[in-house]
Amino acid sequence: MADLSVQIGALRLRNPFIGASGCFGYGLEYTKAVDLATIGGVAVKGLFLEERQGHAPPRIVETPAGMLNAIGLQGIGVHRFVAEKLPELRRLGATVIVNICGSTLDEYIEIARVLSDHEGVGAIELNISCPNIKEGGIQFGCSLHGTHDVVSGVRKVTRLPLIPKLTPNVTDVASFARASEEAGADAISLVNTFLAMAIDVETRQPKLTNVMGGLSGPAIRPIAVRMVWECFQAVKIPILGMGGIATIDDALEFIIAGSSAVQVGTANFIDPLIWPKLIRGLDDYMTRHNIARVADLVGSLQIPGKHS
Amino acid sequence: MLFDVAARVLANTPLSPDYNVIALAAPEIAQSTAPGQFVMVKPQPGLDPLLRRPFSVFEVLRDERGGVTGISLLNKRIGIGTGLLYSCEPGDTVQVLGPLGRPYVPVDPPAEAWMVAGGVGLAPFATLAEALAARGTPMRLFYGARSAADLYYADFFSRLGASLQLTTEDGTRGERGRITAPLARALAEHSGSAVTIYSCGPTPMMRAVAELGEAAGRPVFVSLEQVMGCGMGGCYSCVVRVRRGAGSHFVRSCLDGPVFDSRAIVWDALGAGH
Repeated sequence: MADLSVQIGALRLRNPFIGASGCFGYGLEYTKAVDLATIGGVAVKGLFLEERQGHAPPRIVETPAGMLNAIGLQGIGVHRFVAEKLPELRRLGATVIVNICGSTLDEYIEIARVLSDHEGVGAIELNISCPNIKEGGIQFGCSLHGTHDVVSGVRKVTRLPLIPKLTPNVTDVASFARASEEAGADAISLVNTFLAMAIDVETRQPKLTNVMGGLSGPAIRPIAVRMVWECFQAVKIPILGMGGIATIDDALEFIIAGSSAVQVGTANFIDPLIWPKLIRGLDDYMTRHNIARVADLVGSLQIPGKHS
Repeated sequence: MLFDVAARVLANTPLSPDYNVIALAAPEIAQSTAPGQFVMVKPQPGLDPLLRRPFSVFEVLRDERGGVTGISLLNKRIGIGTGLLYSCEPGDTVQVLGPLGRPYVPVDPPAEAWMVAGGVGLAPFATLAEALAARGTPMRLFYGARSAADLYYADFFSRLGASLQLTTEDGTRGERGRITAPLARALAEHSGSAVTIYSCGPTPMMRAVAELGEAAGRPVFVSLEQVMGCGMGGCYSCVVRVRRGAGSHFVRSCLDGPVFDSRAIVWDALGAGH
C-alpha cells in the first residue's frame, strides 16, 4: 500500500477521502457501512449555535445526473454536538472536521470558541456558502469583505485549522480563495452546491418547498474541477475539492487539478460502501504510475505545449 | 447488519399493467430483515436514475427445505426506476442495500393484530403476518384498492389465518368504498381483547386510520413513505414532524421510522403524500 496520507495545514489525514458535510450526517450514522478510522476525515453536518429544524419537505428532488437539496441546515447545534456526538467520533478514531454556520460573525466566533475547548476536533470548516437559507453565511461567502471578516474573526479565537467552504455562485471564485488565504485560512473547501431550481410543469409548482435548492452530483463535476484549477493557481494553501465525485477517476481529476484532499457527498448516498473502493483505487493508481506520495499528484496537470 | 447486494433477479411476476412482484437473490438481507423494514434499490448502474429508491421488503423467499434465498418487492410503476423494476428480467442484476429502518413490533396473543393496507401499502404486511402467525396472534387484514384487479395476495394472508375485509372504490370486489368504513364498524363492534392496528398506504388513508384507532383507544402504528435520498440518515430529506414535549421537531423517517406510533405524528406537516 502506498502512503496515501495528506497534510492540510497542521492536520494530517490518513488518506485524501472525506465524507462531505451535509451528506454524511454526524458520521455516526455510517458506522455500519464504514470504519470511520479508515477514511481521511468526516465533515459533519453544518452546526449553528442552537438546534435548528430546517425547511419543510420535500427537501430533495432528483435532476439529470444530480439532485437538488434544500434541507435548510437542520441540526442539533454545537452544544449537543460536543456532548452527544464528538466523544463517540473520538472513540471511533475519526478525524473530525466540524462544519459551522452563523447568522452573524459573533455566532461563528462563539461556535469556534466552544469547539476549541473540546478534544477531538481536527479542523473547522467555515460554511459561508449554504445557498438555501438567507442567514446561512452566504451573505459572507458572496462578498470578499464578508469572507475576509469571518475568516479573520474566527482566526483570532482558535488555533484549530480553519477551512472556509466556498460557494461556486460567484463570478470569480479564485478571488474568494485569495481573500480566505489573506485572512489566515489554513485551507479552502470548494465547491458547495450550485443554486438551482426545478418545476413541476403540470402543477406549475416548484419541486422543492423552498423553491430553490443546491445542485450536487456528477452534473456539476466539470465546473467544480475548473474552479479547483483556478483556485490552485491563485493560492498556496491546500484545497479540499469536491463536486460530483463518484469514482476514483473523478477524485483523481480533482487531485490533479490541485486538490490535496477530496470530499464525497452525493455518491455516498448512492453507495455508502464507496470508501474502500476509493482508497484501493488511489493505491492502484499510484502504484501503476509509480507515485510515492499523494502530494506529488496534487496540481500535477500536464498541459501539452506548456512546461510544468 | 447492513448488506449491499448485487442481487440477481430470480423472477418478475406482473400482477397488472402497473404492479409487479420482483424476486431477488439476497439471502443476507432476507436473513436479517424484520417486518416493516425497507431496502434502498438501484435498478441499474449509471446516472439515470441517480439515487436509490426505498422499498418495503415484501416477502422473505425460501427454498423447499425452508432455507432463506432472497426477498421480493411489491412494485408499482410510477417513474423511471419503478419502470425499470417493472420490466426487468430474470438474470438481471439489481443493487439492494439493507435491511434499514425501525420495524413493526408484532403483538402477542391474546391481543389481536389488525393490518390496514391501501394499494401498494400491502408490502410490509406479508412479513408481519408471518411473524404474527408464528406467535399465534389472531389477525385481520383490511385491504383496500381502486378495483378488483389491484387487490393481490389475499390468499397469502388467508393461508396464514388472517380474516380478510376487502374493499374496492369501484365495487368490483369486496365492499364498495374506502377501507376505513369496515374498519370503523369493526372498531365499534369489537369489545373483547386488546387490538393493535398496523397501517400502510396513502397518507390520507393512514391519517384516517390513525384517527379512528385513537378515538377507539387502540394503538396505531403507521409506516410512512417520505421522499428519501439515502436511507441511512445522511441526507436529512425524509423528515417527519413528530411531537416532542409541548412542541414538535423533524426526525428522519429512515432512522426513527418508517414505522411510527401514530400519536407522535403531526399530520398537518406531512402533506398529502405522493
